[in-house]
Amino acid sequence: MDGSTKADTTATSLTGAEIVLRALVDQGVDTIFGYPGGAVLPIYDAIHAQDAVRHILVRHEQGAGHMAEGYARSTGKCGVVLVTSGPGATNMVTPIADALMDSIPMVVITGQVPTHLIGSDAFQECDTVGITRACAKHNYLVKDVTQLARIMHEAFYVATTGRPGPVVVDIPKNVQFAKGAYVGPDAIQHRTYSPRTEPNDRRIEEAVDLLARAERPVIYSGGGVINSGPAASAALRALAKATGFPVTSTLMGLGAFPASDPQWLGMLGMHGSFEANNAMHDCDVMLCVGARFDDRVTGRLDAFSPASKKIHIDIDPSSINKNVRVDVPIVADCARALEALGAAWARRRLRRPSLKVWWSEIDAWRARRSFAFPPSTKVIKPQYAIERLYQLTRDRDVYITTEVGQHQMWAAQHFHFEAPNRWMTSGGLGTMGYGLPAAIGVQAAHRDALVIDIAGDASVQMTMQEMSTAVQYGLPVKIFILNNQWMGMVRQWQQLLHGERYSQSYSESLPDFVKLAEAYGGHGIMCDDPAKLDDAIREMVATPKPVLFDCRVEQAENCFPMIPSGAAHNEMILGDISGDEVSDAGRVLV
Amino acid sequence: MTRAPRTRARPARAAVKDDPASAYDMTEVAEEIESRTLACIVDNEPGVLARVVGLFSARGYNIESLTVAETDRNAHSSRITIVTSGTDHVLEQIEQQLLRLVPVARVIDVTNSTGGIERELALVKVAGVGEKRVEALRLSEIFRARVIDTTNESFIFEVTGASQKIDQFIELMRPLGLVELSRTGVLSIQRGKEGVG
Ligand SMILES: Cc1ncc(C[n+]2csc(CCOP(=O)(O)OP(=O)(O)O)c2C)c(N)n1
Repeated sequence: MDGSTKADTTATSLTGAEIVLRALVDQGVDTIFGYPGGAVLPIYDAIHAQDAVRHILVRHEQGAGHMAEGYARSTGKCGVVLVTSGPGATNMVTPIADALMDSIPMVVITGQVPTHLIGSDAFQECDTVGITRACAKHNYLVKDVTQLARIMHEAFYVATTGRPGPVVVDIPKNVQFAKGAYVGPDAIQHRTYSPRTEPNDRRIEEAVDLLARAERPVIYSGGGVINSGPAASAALRALAKATGFPVTSTLMGLGAFPASDPQWLGMLGMHGSFEANNAMHDCDVMLCVGARFDDRVTGRLDAFSPASKKIHIDIDPSSINKNVRVDVPIVADCARALEALGAAWARRRLRRPSLKVWWSEIDAWRARRSFAFPPSTKVIKPQYAIERLYQLTRDRDVYITTEVGQHQMWAAQHFHFEAPNRWMTSGGLGTMGYGLPAAIGVQAAHRDALVIDIAGDASVQMTMQEMSTAVQYGLPVKIFILNNQWMGMVRQWQQLLHGERYSQSYSESLPDFVKLAEAYGGHGIMCDDPAKLDDAIREMVATPKPVLFDCRVEQAENCFPMIPSGAAHNEMILGDISGDEVSDAGRVLV
Repeated sequence: MTRAPRTRARPARAAVKDDPASAYDMTEVAEEIESRTLACIVDNEPGVLARVVGLFSARGYNIESLTVAETDRNAHSSRITIVTSGTDHVLEQIEQQLLRLVPVARVIDVTNSTGGIERELALVKVAGVGEKRVEALRLSEIFRARVIDTTNESFIFEVTGASQKIDQFIELMRPLGLVELSRTGVLSIQRGKEGVG
């Protein structure tokens, strides 16, 4: 439009749609997930005319969003989505909010009605920047093609730097047709946005002062260590090795520290291990790195780790002192801060303290074996199913995604990760329906890997239609459904908190998952016998197609241990309890 | 500008022992609520005001007044002055959350910075005759208010100054026939030769 008349005459002038594609290529994007519609047809035309960027056609825009998230989290790259205006954009709201909560870098390109129709309630018009303002890290409405290239590059810059997150670029259709000059990514410099990545030296020294004197230290690591990249995981391991400190992590941080390491305490939080939560409660120095003191982690705030000095490394200054007051704030990229701590530790020639008393306490907590469960030869215990899945896939290059519910927690407890970027789960928003599309996104990035969605029977039906996408692109994801015929986590809360009134949490009329798999052109497996489980899992792993595995498990199993709402870390429930153990105040929480 | 303590759900570290508390810590504790003036230097892009205001509503922060205008056309920047209130902890979060917004370049705590100046302008319409009318005019002189419109039965005064001065003026005008009022909200700037923006 505006810029077109002049730009037309220059040799480098491209249409807006071509600019979008060119920018994607220059940003190193090889795969995008999307769904066409009237307001993005020019961009689809441009996609048709090239083959540098592969487009994966989904069945619902939400699926595209979660695929991009899975792709991003398993590669460390930015996920990219392309959807149309109106319903295409509103269907993307859930994954955008999900990516914001879990700090996943994602660029979402949405079509918009032509600029002259904006505000007229045109067909498939919605205020996309208005709707996504509250759930995206940033967003843009591109009204002028001459700004398009700059905004595209800026969107990638904002999405991937600092605390990563989703960025929306809303492009009216006439801007996609208009011609303008292209500029490359190098020319981009942001005026107001420049996240800080280098730690402050004085803070590092203060932190080492605390660490060096600690008698009961704990390292509490989070998703930020994964986001920061492999260097952060390496630095975390090195620091743990140098100090000998115990390490726990949030749900989002699993894999940054190897689960096989003797210093590993398991996950912390509401369904975390007894040893991790007690170590958090009783520690004298806590090193929090790339985590945000989420309520699922802290439990009751006024009883949270009462006696500790706290060091908090985060790239987002607003995370520091938000929920919990800390003593040494370090605003920096996790890798840079951990490396600096390691270097300062070495420079002072500090040795690995014995921490004998502390470790003997931890060992006593460990001896409670809080993740243990009573075995059964009659029914498949959900924990057992995950244990077998883990054992039988250990020799494989494996990536795990999950849905949301009990199965998610059991997966976190019983599947063990040695490396970062292997574990994709919706932690912050807790989005049922995340896992299946996320698995497809992971598989699109890692063709030869074994990608498994550990699912629940309720969650998996929220985005089941993406099985069709998996079949179309030959992405052999394995959907391992722990089928308890309940919204298990809801049932558990109703049992523990609502007098066993199971309101609307039974999964009536479940589909025949085997037939459903076949209807999609995948492969279906059903197993309800513990004795046959190993063979069934082997069959799943050996199948070169998408698989729906209907694993019929114990229906009434509850997920333990558990810190009930309103309780502190040292008030964990280890086994089945009655409703009386939850305070009235706890009952009102989610 | 310290207010009387109000009861408010405190977001962190409520140290009330026997309280049932919760994962979200909904403990009610009396805490000092203070008022604070923040100046945000922002990139003047479309929607920037919506971002700032949306942040306040989304996170449950208060806005007592807000002024905004472009201040440097070439640099494309605007200054938003916000008067907000909350506990010290909340005010600290507000500053950090504002800085998280991509188009926000700087946030200045005008209240706690040395040399922060705050001014407001009000237009005050007072209707009346006789004694009251004379008294209104006399008081307006003390406040250095300007008369910008006059009829036989009314004045409109234009008064500038710190918010407290304007509050005072308004209170004095109320019994004298105040019928309409318009205030700009607080503007801010720093003393001295340094400029920000
Ligand atoms: C989109 C969405 N809606 C509702 C919820 C609330 N919710 C949390 S867990 C859960 C039940 C999940 O059931 P299922 O997928 O069968 O897993 P299970 O707990 O049985 O392992 C529900 C309804 C949610 N997390 N996400």
